[in-house]
Amino acid sequence: MVNIEIDGKKIIADENKNILEIAKENNIDIPSLCYHSDVYPKEACRLCLIEISGRSGLFTACSIYPEEGMVVITSSDEILRTRKTNLKLMFAQHIEKCNQCIWNNKCKMLNYARQWKLHINEWEDRKKNYPKYSFGGVINYDSSKCINCSNCVEICKNQGVGFLEIKKQGSFHEVVPSQDKNKDCVYCGQCVVHCTAGSFSSVDPSSKIKEEIKSGKYVVFQFAPSIRTSIGEDFDMDQGSIVIEKMIAGIKKIGAKKVFDVSIGADLVTIEEANELIERLHKKDKLPMFTSCCPAWVKFIEFYKPEFIPNLTTVKSPQIVLGGIIKTYFAEKEKLDPKDIVVVSVMPCTSKKYEADRQELKIDGLNCVDYVLTTHELARMFIKNNIDLNTIEGEEKDDLFGNASGAGIIFGSSGGVAEAATRTACYKLLNKKLEKIDFKEFRGHEGIKKASVKIGEIEIRIAVVNGLLNAKKILEDHLNEFDYVEVMSCPGGCVGGGGQPVPTDKEIRKKRAESLYQIDRNEKIRIADENPVIQNIYKEFLISKEIVNKIAYTNFFKKEKEN
Amino acid sequence: MEANIIEKLKLANLRGRGGAGFPTYLKWESVLEADVPKKYIICNAAEGELDLKKDKYILENFLEDVILGIDVALKTINNSSAFIYLNKEYYSLFKNKLLDVIKDLDITLIEEDNGYIGGEESVAINYIEGKIAEPRKRPPFVSEKGLYNMPTLVNNVETFYYVSKINKGEYDNERFYMIMGDKVEGGVYELKEGMTIREILKNTNNYLETSFYVQAGGGAVGEIMTEEEFDKPIVGEGFVRVISYEEDPYELMERWAEFLENGNCDKCTPCREGTYRILEMVKKRKLDLKVLEEIFLAQEKTSFCALGKGIPTPFRSLINKVILKNG
Repeated sequence: MVNIEIDGKKIIADENKNILEIAKENNIDIPSLCYHSDVYPKEACRLCLIEISGRSGLFTACSIYPEEGMVVITSSDEILRTRKTNLKLMFAQHIEKCNQCIWNNKCKMLNYARQWKLHINEWEDRKKNYPKYSFGGVINYDSSKCINCSNCVEICKNQGVGFLEIKKQGSFHEVVPSQDKNKDCVYCGQCVVHCTAGSFSSVDPSSKIKEEIKSGKYVVFQFAPSIRTSIGEDFDMDQGSIVIEKMIAGIKKIGAKKVFDVSIGADLVTIEEANELIERLHKKDKLPMFTSCCPAWVKFIEFYKPEFIPNLTTVKSPQIVLGGIIKTYFAEKEKLDPKDIVVVSVMPCTSKKYEADRQELKIDGLNCVDYVLTTHELARMFIKNNIDLNTIEGEEKDDLFGNASGAGIIFGSSGGVAEAATRTACYKLLNKKLEKIDFKEFRGHEGIKKASVKIGEIEIRIAVVNGLLNAKKILEDHLNEFDYVEVMSCPGGCVGGGGQPVPTDKEIRKKRAESLYQIDRNEKIRIADENPVIQNIYKEFLISKEIVNKIAYTNFFKKEKEN
Repeated sequence: MEANIIEKLKLANLRGRGGAGFPTYLKWESVLEADVPKKYIICNAAEGELDLKKDKYILENFLEDVILGIDVALKTINNSSAFIYLNKEYYSLFKNKLLDVIKDLDITLIEEDNGYIGGEESVAINYIEGKIAEPRKRPPFVSEKGLYNMPTLVNNVETFYYVSKINKGEYDNERFYMIMGDKVEGGVYELKEGMTIREILKNTNNYLETSFYVQAGGGAVGEIMTEEEFDKPIVGEGFVRVISYEEDPYELMERWAEFLENGNCDKCTPCREGTYRILEMVKKRKLDLKVLEEIFLAQEKTSFCALGKGIPTPFRSLINKVILKNG
């Protein structure tokens, strides 16, 4: 720790943090755009300018680290003037398409422009004729909005994907998708939540959903575990706020007939996946087994590492399992024609859109999930429909698929699937009530967590991985050390998904995850197998191996470049 | 003999000829003294400045001496390997001859095509490492942490040429100057270091009889100097552009702006967007001086690297000393 001073305020500062972060912690606001704590400081936008006593010139706070006795000034005539010019220059490249933008009312560029009374349309936008790209029909990249911070390129590289590159286009270096046939997008959407200027966005199906509702279709919504602790952020609630009943009421107001919790699907997945794991452990076959509920991870395997396809669990993901049950079991119960049911998933994720459209997941010729909205897209749908989650009266989930177990809910955080599966495996193998339910060794946001769980005679060596680059490390160097590997593509797991509200960073992901574990702690039922809803589904519907296979199992295939 | 080369470089007062003018012996000393298992030497032959061809002239005429200079560095610095980092043109021109002279010395040729910014030493290092060709933050300086994070000595072609001369005891304070202009014969000349603009031009018969001004120190970022400043020495690279008052200053500015807009790395806002807006104004032949001054200030004060910080120099000096003065 060192003693420094920022704008006259004496601060004891951590040498490992930069001045921008230290100032923020001390409620000193240094304007900044391109800095994101998940990537190294790109020092591109040149807004976070500071002066340092005894040194000539201006510096960027994002790249300066404190030294004993350092005296920092964050505002002067020269700083203000040059900040303004740089912001104006960025506006002069960036096309404003504000109402469709993920940053909408949170846009720092626009807020600074207002605060500094800038005339932002002095110049003709340099990028006005820049191209738009679409990746897999789920992510759009509008390069006319890009302000060249290259955080997207960095995060894509950090994911072990490297699909986004900087290439010279005419006289400028711009971000473009790779032409390399060995590189492809896995649709994780980290570019969407790390883009400074809203150039990346998910492909929003909300107008199609509105039409389905209007046309009188039986529209059912199902929401993913991690949605409930993040959607509040788009309504200015505290990070990690738990919003369930109000969100359900909002969805009903939009016109959904039923609202279910995907965590029910997660409970089913947990049971089947634990079965498969136990079977593989007995046979010592296709180990380690990898989770497959993250479609970006699945695409990563199918494209980059197809030799590991057999290691993926063949259990479908929670949204697909529950979607399938809605269009079969639920349809039968409610006497509905499955063709009239429209299933809409609300996911923290962009790759779930891609998954929903996979042909091999169809049941009786129908998609199990018809549309996938991201957390942010649902929030935007609410806003467009004048639904404010702060004020709306809450409603309960619909009966048939009432409450999930706590295990189903923690699916939303890195380590949640492994913990849920371990609870179930213990339950099955030990055949008695568990003494230990919390497996804290799987929790937390480190890239790779390792634990060994002894259940009776069986020892299961488990790795929990978040971030694809970490997964690549396991594949390349540590494969034989594990029996079961949970992989979530996004940092922190689904709480950090590419469909979550912005901003998303380490601190925010932590708060979202902590709230999920809090819900789990407070649930009476915390093991999938003990959930009466699930027990009932097995008793009434999943009665034969054939039906279980049809609803819950699938296969994966080697993929060629799609983008 | 190589052991006391540092002392010789210090005595000769040799300063880097890449433009920055940093004392050469200090760079050598820093790399030499670092206690690490591997060190690198880079001979910078990117010569990216607009119109500048003095390193080309040296490679055409004194290639052996350049290699000798690099060899002195290789022998002085233990466990070192060297690279010659050449722009596309020079690579194709000199590749064969260089390989003939290098023989089994530990010198690798690198071909680059990164424009003006390609000549910046940390860009060269990033490029050799296979990274994006953009500058690195200092500190650390490349002499502390350069190529593959090892201490790296980066000197220009001309500097290595004079290292060889100093080592042989044949250096007497010379440097190369390139002179050009529509109205002069021009060429590359070896003259004394520290000569004034007037002396350089008179000595080489490039002094116009009619009134003129010059751009000194670089073909794009060199400063414009008018008659009353001709008794100053050159700061920057050994380059003088002789410009008569009949020439259209806008054409010159357009060349600079196009060159810089195309040759920068596009990493930071003021350099990337500011230069684009300068070019836009210059092309329209309509300068909004107030706006320009804001762009200049942002470039000068907030650009990431020295290239961006230097962009206002030629424009501002041409506008103030020539365009505004002559209506």
